[in-house]
Amino acid sequence: MPEIARRPALPAPGEPFPGVAVTLAPLPAAARFVLRGDLAAVAAAGNAFGVALPSRINTASTLGARSALMLGPDEWLLVADDTSAPDATWALVRALESALGTVPHSLVDVSHRQTAIRVEGHEAALTLNAAVPLDLCEEAFPVGMATRTICEKAEIVLWRTGPRAFRVEVWRSFAPYVMDLLSAVSQENVPD
Amino acid sequence: MTVSFRTASGGRIDRDRTIRFTFDGTAYRGHPGDTLASALLANGVRLMGRSFKYHRPRGVLAAGAEEPNALVSVDRGGGRWTPNLRATQVELHEGLVATSQNRWPSLSHDVGELNDVVPPGVFSAGFYYKTFMQPASAWANLYEPFIRRAAGLGQAPSQADPDHYTHRYAFCDVLVVGAGAAGLAAALAAAQAGARVILCDEQAECGGGLLGERDAVIDGVPASDWAASTLATLSGDKRVTLLPRTQCFGAYAQNFFGLVQRLTDHLPHPDPRMPRERLWKVRARQVVLATGAIERPLVFPENDRPGVMLAGAARAYVNRYGAKPGDRAVVFTACDSGYAAAHDLTAAGIVVSAIVDLRPGPDGPVAATARGAGLDVRSNAVVTGVEGRLGVRAAMVATIAGNGLVGPSERISCDLVLMAGGWTPAVHLHSQMRGKLRFDAEREMYVPAAPVEGSRSAGACNGTFGIAEALAEGFSAGADAARAAGREWSERDWSPVVSGEIVPDGGFHGAVPHDRDVQKVKAFVDFQNDVTEKDIRLAVREGFRSIEHVKRYTTNGMATDQGKTSNMNGLAIAAGSLGKPIPEVGLTTFRAPYTPVTFGAFAGHSRGDLFDPIRRTPTHDWARAQGAVFEDVGMWKRAWYIPRGGETMHAAVLRECRTVRETGGLFDASTLGKIEVVGPDAAEFLNRLYTNPWTKLETGRCRYGLMLNEAGFVMDDGVVGRLAPDRFHVTTTTGGAPRVLAHMEDYLQTEFPELRVWLTSTTEQWAVIAVQGPNARAVLQPLVADIDMAREAMPHMSVREGTICGVPARLFRVSFTGELGFEVNVPAEYGQAVWEAIWAESQKHGFCAYGTEAMHVLRAEKGYIIVGQETDGTVTPSDLGLDWAIGKAKPDFVGKRSLARPDMLKPDRKQLVGLLTVDPAVVLEEGAQITAEASPVKGTAALGHVTSAYESAALGRSIAMALVAGGRSRLGETLYVPMPNAAIAVTVVEPVFLDREGSRLDA
Repeated sequence: MPEIARRPALPAPGEPFPGVAVTLAPLPAAARFVLRGDLAAVAAAGNAFGVALPSRINTASTLGARSALMLGPDEWLLVADDTSAPDATWALVRALESALGTVPHSLVDVSHRQTAIRVEGHEAALTLNAAVPLDLCEEAFPVGMATRTICEKAEIVLWRTGPRAFRVEVWRSFAPYVMDLLSAVSQENVPD
Repeated sequence: MTVSFRTASGGRIDRDRTIRFTFDGTAYRGHPGDTLASALLANGVRLMGRSFKYHRPRGVLAAGAEEPNALVSVDRGGGRWTPNLRATQVELHEGLVATSQNRWPSLSHDVGELNDVVPPGVFSAGFYYKTFMQPASAWANLYEPFIRRAAGLGQAPSQADPDHYTHRYAFCDVLVVGAGAAGLAAALAAAQAGARVILCDEQAECGGGLLGERDAVIDGVPASDWAASTLATLSGDKRVTLLPRTQCFGAYAQNFFGLVQRLTDHLPHPDPRMPRERLWKVRARQVVLATGAIERPLVFPENDRPGVMLAGAARAYVNRYGAKPGDRAVVFTACDSGYAAAHDLTAAGIVVSAIVDLRPGPDGPVAATARGAGLDVRSNAVVTGVEGRLGVRAAMVATIAGNGLVGPSERISCDLVLMAGGWTPAVHLHSQMRGKLRFDAEREMYVPAAPVEGSRSAGACNGTFGIAEALAEGFSAGADAARAAGREWSERDWSPVVSGEIVPDGGFHGAVPHDRDVQKVKAFVDFQNDVTEKDIRLAVREGFRSIEHVKRYTTNGMATDQGKTSNMNGLAIAAGSLGKPIPEVGLTTFRAPYTPVTFGAFAGHSRGDLFDPIRRTPTHDWARAQGAVFEDVGMWKRAWYIPRGGETMHAAVLRECRTVRETGGLFDASTLGKIEVVGPDAAEFLNRLYTNPWTKLETGRCRYGLMLNEAGFVMDDGVVGRLAPDRFHVTTTTGGAPRVLAHMEDYLQTEFPELRVWLTSTTEQWAVIAVQGPNARAVLQPLVADIDMAREAMPHMSVREGTICGVPARLFRVSFTGELGFEVNVPAEYGQAVWEAIWAESQKHGFCAYGTEAMHVLRAEKGYIIVGQETDGTVTPSDLGLDWAIGKAKPDFVGKRSLARPDMLKPDRKQLVGLLTVDPAVVLEEGAQITAEASPVKGTAALGHVTSAYESAALGRSIAMALVAGGRSRLGETLYVPMPNAAIAVTVVEPVFLDREGSRLDA
């Protein structure tokens, strides 16, 4: 049997641009699931996944390497940053399905559908705001907020993980576009 | 040239530093703080441009964004060429290279000026419409090229723009547009209330009119010092964003504003990383419009000669820029602000020979003060003309007699004539926000009637002209705006003490009376578009009543200028000719942008490779390494064909098709849309969305699904596999993926909310490798451990989950080629490695990789349709011969009712057929029309059109599919495809050319 290697959607980052107050970095592989269902499903899935699913829309809950983002009235994105191998991902699916049992729901593996980019630094929000039409000041978009939005011509999920840190989840074929666009923006924010 | 027109001292220029620049190739010197216009004036240069139509010599009229005359081109090198910049807005920097426009061979000797001496009336309003009507062909070949050369603005750049541009979305509680007295006060108040504030101003330095005041004192400090200290306060506030060099050019829905910020044009050696401009897309909870007012010219003969300028502009030049626009001035005024100019010019060492006041009795304190200062004030007087072609030499001044007659004129030598016709509030943004205007009859001006929700106007744009009043109004507006944006603050009033200003009062609209022959003189209304008083009167005489029609017929207020200095005068002249009061004639629409915005700013980063996302499949790099040629399918790059050893496309496609039929091939099908439909009601949901029945589809089996829209027309198709009783793997066309998901969600949320089913896009989760051909099973078998792929165990149209090369996979046995086929779905990041493994195995069987073109041919040989190629949004399942795909026992599905409409059942509907050319070597053109006769009478409707046409390697001849009226009843008939050379005879056949019984599929 031949060696089967993963090819991430984004290559490893190059040297960060000197003097630029933002870092853009592709994040390692992770297991991701879209969970759809009602409150009964939420409770069951939270126990199995390892972090209680948020019940307030556009918020994320994180415990260790497990995060759950509520993106719609019945939609959660589950992210397991500690899981990427097929066996482990499959085990997680089984654990979740087993916990959910007969509760009506939809659990779909989207680990490879999308990839993630970390945007971090003093100018993270400014950089994103070249392409993201949302108010990213901390009052309006606090740490822990996550939402589906656009990055110029690509759809993304934007998740604030820290005062100066964001995680962008983007479908794999759009990832180079988002990376190149944000990278172009990050390099132009030199002091006037 | 020596710098002879600098004031002795003062101004906001840095006299210690010198800047060298060129204008039309001549070297000049200026200072930091100068604009190109002020520096040229300081060098004694008055002639700065040629007019649009008549090529008349023109100087600078204004000192700001409203400048209509002094349009220049600036060359920043390396293809950075910008035409039509207003010299009043071009900041001087070391090495600036500017040239005048619309002249040949030079600015002072322009052959185009002959336009100006042709007989009166020849170039009057509507001239082009009247003269160049016939013949039609002459317009494109003769008139238009001639006019474009003779009349126009600067040259468009000839090279690609090497600069880059960027965008930024921004949000604030209070956006303040304009940083003059009212705007600064508004920003101050809003900032004190804790609001997030954006303050923008189009000029390099914030302060607006305060920067041009000589004597005004605000709360004990000079006006410009007050502006400086206020700006210092604001810039120290982290919640305030100060944006100089930033034009708010447009107001859009829900307090969305377009701002363009100039970042590098003023820098001699900008950091190449910096964008040239940034487009700000601002969403403001509240906006304070403090956009000021624009001074009106007075309309009198020869009012366009270089050296005739607005009085307020002259004040700005002497006070702010230390540049003297002349040595001897005549001030023609209908407003008290003309007196302020006279005082400031006198203080700067310019002789003011006369103040010519149009008003009957300027006997107020302003005139008295002027007389007291020894100035010659003439009331009830007019300027009737100007001597001097390339520059003013004298003004003709006359008195209006009691009977209204003018004259005789006295000649007063001067090199500068100022016009103070009163001030027009800049209501553009208010008006763009759909704000109503009110005509203030007493002051004869349009002012905002009531603020638009979320906005306030303050200061001169609101008709509030005094500095003290503007400060107070601005402060109050800023405080109110902050409160309306949710900031708690009680203080709202501020009554600054202002002294030393002359508040503008008075004004005039329309053409002033004179004693000249009206047929022989030109009194300009719109300087940029060369519209004179006569043109507007002529338009009214010729029957134009609406001001919008007058505008278009005369071009008054058109183009980049948008009538900033001309609208009100033009309106007043039209109203006078119509014998109506101004408000009854109306007002033209204020359109965005307020000043021109570069295409680059709008494009931002959306150019080149970032114009659109370029979507690549997981195996793109492998295909590229193999030399694949890609085609664009939506945003995707798909391998079109993969030539070997210098093959042509034709040869490559024939080889790929032949190889697939003989042994097999690999095809990248990753772009197919995929939707995971999951939930207890998943089958019922599909029953309603697709024509086919799904309830009885067994787990592990697939079915071809056909999707209609509500009108009954085919909108998409694809194979659907059942993975579990409550889980389906739905595929869609590549281009239809987002549309189909949206269609499904729409019905699920609005029509079938009771169904417990959820949709998740998995298009990008899976890399899809199609393995097609007689040896497909032999290639895959060694790589699959846990799926029984035997013919009976895994029949055509089945799906299994298992592992391939040790990677979790969904294996479909499906075919779009008519051959034994499988589609391997593996998680995307394993896609290329699995592809390479299958490829290596397939080479033992002589497989090829084939592209989308071969895929098209192979499916056409089998008569498989492609939605979007065989369909065009007006095609039913029956038209395609797909009645078998309709679940007739189902109570309903989307589009079912429409299929029963009489029109859908007509026998002469266009139906899918095959076409075989009588000459097998001829390949039809897709899209070609089909007729019953070889040479139909002109006007005969076509029977249909060719939807697909290829050369088939398997059949050794051309094949085609077509939609033909009543096609299925025409089998065997000969029809024709008329082409430019001759009609091509074709025979109508069944649209399946190969293996009609499907035995190859079952292999």
